[in-house]
Amino acid sequence: MQPFITHSGLVAPMDRVNVDTDQMVPKQFLKALTRQGFGRILFYDWRYLPGEMPNPEFVLNFPRYQGASVLLARANFGCGSSREHAPWAIGDYGFRVILAPSYADIFYNNCFKNGILPAELTEAQIEELFQRTEKEAGYSLTVDLPTQTVKDNHGLTYKFEIAPSRKEVLLKGLDDIGTSLLHAGAIDTYEKAHAATATMFEAVDVKNYPSA
Amino acid sequence: MAPKTLYEKIWDNHLVYEEQGKPALIYIDRHLIHEGTSPQAFAGLRAEGRKVRRPDLTFAVMDHSVSTTDRLLPILDSDAKLQFEALERNCRESGVRLFDMHSKNQGIVHIIGPELGITQPGQTIVCGDSHTSTHGAFGTLAFGIGTSEVEHVLATQCMVQSRSKTMHIVVNGKRPKGVTAKDIILAIIGKIGIGGGTGHVAEYGGEAIRSLSMDGRMTVCNMTIEGGARAGMVAPDETTFAYLEGRPFVPRGKEFQAAVERWKLLKSDEGAKFDMTVELQAEQIAPQVTWGTNPGMVTSVNGRIPDPHDYKDLNDQKATESALKYMGLKPGTPIVDIPVDRVFIGSCTNSRIDDLRAAAHFVEGKHVAKSIKQALIVPGSRGIKAQAEKEGLDKIFTDAGFEWRDAGCSMCIGMNSDVLPPHERSASTSNRNFEGRQGKDSRTHLVSPVMAAAAAIAGHFVDVREFDVAHIE
Repeated sequence: MQPFITHSGLVAPMDRVNVDTDQMVPKQFLKALTRQGFGRILFYDWRYLPGEMPNPEFVLNFPRYQGASVLLARANFGCGSSREHAPWAIGDYGFRVILAPSYADIFYNNCFKNGILPAELTEAQIEELFQRTEKEAGYSLTVDLPTQTVKDNHGLTYKFEIAPSRKEVLLKGLDDIGTSLLHAGAIDTYEKAHAATATMFEAVDVKNYPSA
Repeated sequence: MAPKTLYEKIWDNHLVYEEQGKPALIYIDRHLIHEGTSPQAFAGLRAEGRKVRRPDLTFAVMDHSVSTTDRLLPILDSDAKLQFEALERNCRESGVRLFDMHSKNQGIVHIIGPELGITQPGQTIVCGDSHTSTHGAFGTLAFGIGTSEVEHVLATQCMVQSRSKTMHIVVNGKRPKGVTAKDIILAIIGKIGIGGGTGHVAEYGGEAIRSLSMDGRMTVCNMTIEGGARAGMVAPDETTFAYLEGRPFVPRGKEFQAAVERWKLLKSDEGAKFDMTVELQAEQIAPQVTWGTNPGMVTSVNGRIPDPHDYKDLNDQKATESALKYMGLKPGTPIVDIPVDRVFIGSCTNSRIDDLRAAAHFVEGKHVAKSIKQALIVPGSRGIKAQAEKEGLDKIFTDAGFEWRDAGCSMCIGMNSDVLPPHERSASTSNRNFEGRQGKDSRTHLVSPVMAAAAAIAGHFVDVREFDVAHIE
């Protein structure tokens, strides 16, 4: 995974509470077999008019927000479906950072698996950033993970909290599976002590493949 | 020893490895997968040369994109077909059991887990689907995960997790007639808000929860995620044990008795501390109808569409305004005056036998209103479908003008051809009324099965308490 250390970029505002993952990636795009190429369809139903014409009223289509890589959002961002296609789309579109007062649990988790930093600021700080983004064309922020700060070019500095383990995953671009497999011995021991079984006591109609 | 919550007991039982200040590695007893969120996980494993650690604890099913009409016809949706083929290939190569679309036990992943007894008290269960919370009805710790985590569980049979906060949701008193598990959970979400449970695992208690059937408890736990909590649970009791006995994957005879003795210990200790407690009184809950674009935008059937100016918070005002615009509704409109175009009774929330019985009891001898364009009954599994047919429910529904379909996720998510057309309005027993959820620009109202059935008959929402309703729902 691509590590995240520090990032500076143009801010795009998504001024709406409770943005759910169905909006980020509508169902018709859940039939893919790969993790790539979802940037084109991010916020599909909001972003495009029929015939995939960009909807000029949708904020990410405003000329001033082209090339944005910091997504400013409202409370409970990413609620609903567990689809990881949502952070795949956000990352592929070019966002590396999300700033919001709160996130839904599953979405928050999924961001860390994809090198995206979902930083949490207070409602008042987020409101201030919305106002500054609105006021100043080209408003940019620098988000630095080691110091846990968000800074603009006018002296604004906000500190954000993040669990140390989450921070480490992003800083090092850690592969979770590799890390967990270091404890294969502990998993073996657990399995021996708790012989969890899934015995079938009655014939059910299943394609029962012999274990590979 | 300090008193523990049910969540803490299950957590402690599944701890594989823990280091101070870091998330723990917890063991996963059952891993459920479906065609929608697993192909990338298998591809990831393959790319790293990793294997599925416990194919015997992994169960796969085709549900999200399956047709609910004739499955012997060719699959026209080529993308869906590729996903089915990928799931089939991945299961074959890794030795995972697969309930494919032709299996007589096929159904929605969260329906067949409990139905076949794969789900058992005290387990940890994950699936790449947020409604995995359903299984918590059996006193399991069950939650939805992303595809990267699916890959992680396939490879390690473990999850990297930090302890959640705990939340106690107590519904006291007796549920009035016509008020169902769906109304209870919608009322809870209405009270706490859709982010109200974020960071928490919820445990439900109180007389109104205890008196629910397993089907009802599953409905409540299913929609826990819509209140922000990733998992919801109900401590197992005699209702749970009676439901499980004799199911295909449940131990038999003496082993069953031994299991029940272990399962009886699965409850929060007297004096266990929760981080948050929410209390509701069942007598005060009326049948619920959502009016907006998330499940927290909900009111009683005898209520009215709210005015954005009723809200103090500017964000709430904007959200309400935008929801009413999307839904094509005006403030002050009585809920019962809202006409419905289509009715959908199905989904992992409300497609179990109790749901179908309650709906059938209401529609028996009546007919779907002329103004209704389509009224769908989609059983959650082929097992439920067969049971309903044995009871003659299919006949009641088709005589009344409903379509009787094959099992799958169907119009809850509209990944197959069961889609709600633009600007049409549904009374739906599913779980999400997000914009575009049932189809682009479609308008969803979430209700209980009996409320959906009543809307189909009347052509608009009605208060089912004014009718003869079964007390089984």
